Amino acid sequence: MLEVKDIYKTFNPGTITEKKALNGVSLTLNDGDFVTVIGSNGAGKSTLLNALAGVWPVDSGSIMIDGVDVSAMPVHERAKFIGRVFQDPMMGTAAGMQIEENLALAARRGKSRGLRVGIRKEERQNYKEMLKELDLGLEDRLAAKVGLLSGGQRQALTLLMATLQKPSLLLLDEHTAALDPKTAEKVLQLTVKLVEEHNLTTFMVTHNMKDALKYGNKLIMMCDGKIIFEAEGEEKKKLQVADLLAKFNVAGGVVTDAMMLG
Amino acid sequence: MVAYLSSLRLQPLLNALPGGVAQGLIWGVMALGVYLTFRMLGFSDLSVDGSIATGGAVTVVLILKGVNPELSLIACFVAGALAGIVTALLNTKLGIPAILAGILTQISLYSINLKILGKANQAINTTKVNLLFSSNIKLIGKTILIAGVVCVLLISLIYWYLGTEQGSGIRATGTNPHMAKAQGINTDNMTIITLALSNGLVALAGGILAQYQAYADINMGRGAIVIGLAAVIIGEVIGEAVMGKHLNFYGRLVFVVIGGIIYYSVYVFVLWLKFPSSLMKLLTAVVVAIFLAVPYLRAQSKSSFAHLKRVNKKKAKEAK
Repeated sequence: MLEVKDIYKTFNPGTITEKKALNGVSLTLNDGDFVTVIGSNGAGKSTLLNALAGVWPVDSGSIMIDGVDVSAMPVHERAKFIGRVFQDPMMGTAAGMQIEENLALAARRGKSRGLRVGIRKEERQNYKEMLKELDLGLEDRLAAKVGLLSGGQRQALTLLMATLQKPSLLLLDEHTAALDPKTAEKVLQLTVKLVEEHNLTTFMVTHNMKDALKYGNKLIMMCDGKIIFEAEGEEKKKLQVADLLAKFNVAGGVVTDAMMLG
Repeated sequence: MVAYLSSLRLQPLLNALPGGVAQGLIWGVMALGVYLTFRMLGFSDLSVDGSIATGGAVTVVLILKGVNPELSLIACFVAGALAGIVTALLNTKLGIPAILAGILTQISLYSINLKILGKANQAINTTKVNLLFSSNIKLIGKTILIAGVVCVLLISLIYWYLGTEQGSGIRATGTNPHMAKAQGINTDNMTIITLALSNGLVALAGGILAQYQAYADINMGRGAIVIGLAAVIIGEVIGEAVMGKHLNFYGRLVFVVIGGIIYYSVYVFVLWLKFPSSLMKLLTAVVVAIFLAVPYLRAQSKSSFAHLKRVNKKKAKEAK
């Protein structure tokens, strides 16, 4: 369960480039909620995601995950609760390390790392089966360096890594934006599969209104660092792209081509 | 020219080569330390110029105080590790760029090493103490054997350690700190641990070197980082050339030490050719620059604007 209470963040305060990026955001996600987050460029979607991940401390307000106040924890401490997939496929994996080594690192997320062997034998068999399910032909390439994989393969691997240890919160930061449409669709399907399989609480930022409507049981729209619209359950199911556009116009947000066409 | 060639005698070279091999093995230990920071973490650590002399100073002073020479090497490792921790803290906790943090530690170690040593250089009387490592021509075989065993032990330890959970965390920190943090790895701690181990190894090499030459000098570390890098890079280039795709991680570590041996063998050979010893540091820098440039130039020869220009010119000529 995620409880965000009234968080604020201003970048470069007191300077000419001052930017109030988060302006009093509150949000509650129950276990198993899947929220899609939309908004124009600079609305604060990714800023909110970074605040949840702990990339920097918020100026005020609190973030609780499973009843624990994580507001003052840096990324590596919060990682115990959070699985994360970045927008850039290069960011989520260690290119110079093998596929199985990346998975083994992820399997130990939030645990102390001692002088035990980095990958146990039985783990390898496990990973092989998991990769087989991805259906990307990676199951026979456990020892291959991740840097040799395509963007889509790396993103799929990052997803698997993020969910290997069941996270209390899964953060997806426009994780298909850098992929071609066909691969993006495949990665989204995999996302849904993993989320449903593990009943994950998921926070997915997207530029694509259709995806935002299609996936998840909750939707929030952001503008100027605030949540300007929220819908869930039946209400969300009835929403159309036209409804979202209307909301955007009321808020004075800018609709980009990517949101329309994507 | 004829006079020069006829002045070269084979015997002095053969006499000098074992010493070159022994020094190469000792610097190989140092290069293993450099490998940890430079290759595993991507951290160019300049504090090693100071910590190698720290190792030398600590072992000489302890031996003069009557401490067992082998035990004194453990003290060298600890002293070096502390120096590495200082550099790591300057970088991770105080936000000082890696290279500058290393330089600050290096320069402060100069004063500290003088304080440890008491004066600019200090010798050990080898007739009174029995040392494991010696440049004495009669004991050089034994020295090479022991130094070789030390290298094999260290390579095995490093190989094992980098395969553990913690070692994997260090490698992840080096290749992708964002990913490492997202997986719950404390990248600051990984940097501190790696710099401690690296400088510990470098100081250990300094201690062995001081025992080998039977004295420690405040300037014995000057340019050490360049020699360490030379060993790492020569080892890599030659390792890849010899082993190709069969070069596994253990092999890479072995070739780091082999790089040290090659460096010192060439060093001995060049001196034998009567190359002025005052120019040796310049030569080392040139060699390192060349080996560092090889991968870049190789890539450029396959794909670069200059390459394209040449190809297009050639095609235009053929068309005519």
